[in-house]
Amino acid sequence: MSVVAEHFEARGPATEPSPKMETRALDVFYGAKQALYSIDLSIRENEVTALIGPSGCGKSTYLRCLNRMNDTIPECRVSGEVSLDGANIYDINVDVVEVRARVGMVFQKPNPFPKSIYDNIAYGPRIHGVGWTREQLDEIVQRSLVRAGLWEEVRDRLDEPGTGLSGGQQQRLCIARAIAVNPEVILMDEPCSALDPIATARIEELIDELKVNYTIVIVTHSMQQAARVSQRAAFFHLGVLVECDDTPTMFTNPSDKRTQDYVTGRFG
Amino acid sequence: MEKGHIVSAFDQELGGLTNVIMEMGGIAEAQLADAIQAVATRDIDLAEKVVAQDKRVDQLEAEVDAAAIQMLALRQPMAGDLRQVVTALKVSHMVERIADYAKNIARRATVLSQLPPIQPRQSIPRMGRLAQQQLKDVLDAYVKRDADRAIAVWQSDRELDELYEALFREVLTYMMEDPRNITAGTHVLFMAKNIERIGDHATNVAEMVYFLVHGEPLQQSRPKGDRTSLTVVEPQGGSATASEPE
Repeated sequence: MSVVAEHFEARGPATEPSPKMETRALDVFYGAKQALYSIDLSIRENEVTALIGPSGCGKSTYLRCLNRMNDTIPECRVSGEVSLDGANIYDINVDVVEVRARVGMVFQKPNPFPKSIYDNIAYGPRIHGVGWTREQLDEIVQRSLVRAGLWEEVRDRLDEPGTGLSGGQQQRLCIARAIAVNPEVILMDEPCSALDPIATARIEELIDELKVNYTIVIVTHSMQQAARVSQRAAFFHLGVLVECDDTPTMFTNPSDKRTQDYVTGRFG
Repeated sequence: MEKGHIVSAFDQELGGLTNVIMEMGGIAEAQLADAIQAVATRDIDLAEKVVAQDKRVDQLEAEVDAAAIQMLALRQPMAGDLRQVVTALKVSHMVERIADYAKNIARRATVLSQLPPIQPRQSIPRMGRLAQQQLKDVLDAYVKRDADRAIAVWQSDRELDELYEALFREVLTYMMEDPRNITAGTHVLFMAKNIERIGDHATNVAEMVYFLVHGEPLQQSRPKGDRTSLTVVEPQGGSATASEPE
């Protein structure tokens, strides 16, 4: 097979491996208002799944269900099933802190702790008991910063405050921080919205590298970014999952007219 | 060479496009060489091999189409990158046409080999070799993004056109001398036309290379040497001479 054909070979082995995460009949309410309607969606392992759709469509609400961040919103009610490796994370017996270590999150506005670069990374492992000794933490900090593509730029100033870095560097610091506790899934809520195009491209290249070891779900209001970065794309509209398919298909030949209208800029 | 994209997958995809066109070009060059050889040596097996191989080129063109469309959708290429994708689409089509013409030549070689050989047939290999060189040079120019080399090919097409015109007259003369030559002569004419079209497509590729490198279309008009559309060969008493309208 030619180089090009191999590169663009459609995913979809004869028997689909089980998804890393899955939601079934997921409903979310903010008080009396329903924000998500019976969402059935599978997130494949070691792939980037992009959630796209116009403002207010529910994509960020959906993302927050995947690591129970909606628990922190008092009037928010979630029903249905959200499973990680087949186990429902909303089960009574589940340790939500452990869920959030396995399913990490990076936010739109970079939010480094008001601590040194080193302590930003080391904080999580200390809390979760992933590392105790200085040597262990040193190793975790370096490994996380290397994986986030930030090590070379900060290796000589780990004691400086995380807030002193540029926007793009701060975001990579936050990614390193998320990686430090060994997550399996990384959720990203519009991670590049606050960044310039070059910093954005560097994060996108990083996402490409990260998917080898992690499963990534990214909310983005830029469908161009979704097109560049993801292997699967899920289109949300008014709280409903309209269509989810391989990214090339979503952007060259979507099945639903609403999807076609959105990606071609006819509404939204 | 220029810097790579920050997102390295983009570079890989662009490289992949060029690689497929290189593969197509390699096959097209080989097809033309084999087709000419089949004419020269009246080798039916070789001719049939060329005909069968043409499918592969068609498949590769379809791959380029799919890949280029996907790149346009997913990468939003700009400037030089956009020209790369668009010219890849066009060049692959031209290479597919060239391979098609080679296949047509091979088909007629099979027919010709079953007829008594006629003298003008000898000019086909000569024309063919010239076209082969043009094709090789222009594909090199495309891969190396060498606009100057492309222009050289573009200008050299005149020589091929002139050979074609000379062959045209020669065959007309032959056919007039003896009607039994008409069948073979007609096939030779079509073959020669196919080779001349290969040369034309090579110049189209050259224009694409120029556009790819400079971002503007090639404005000059190409020096042409083919006036066969105006050619008339009159039968004379002894030998035939050519005359043309002024």
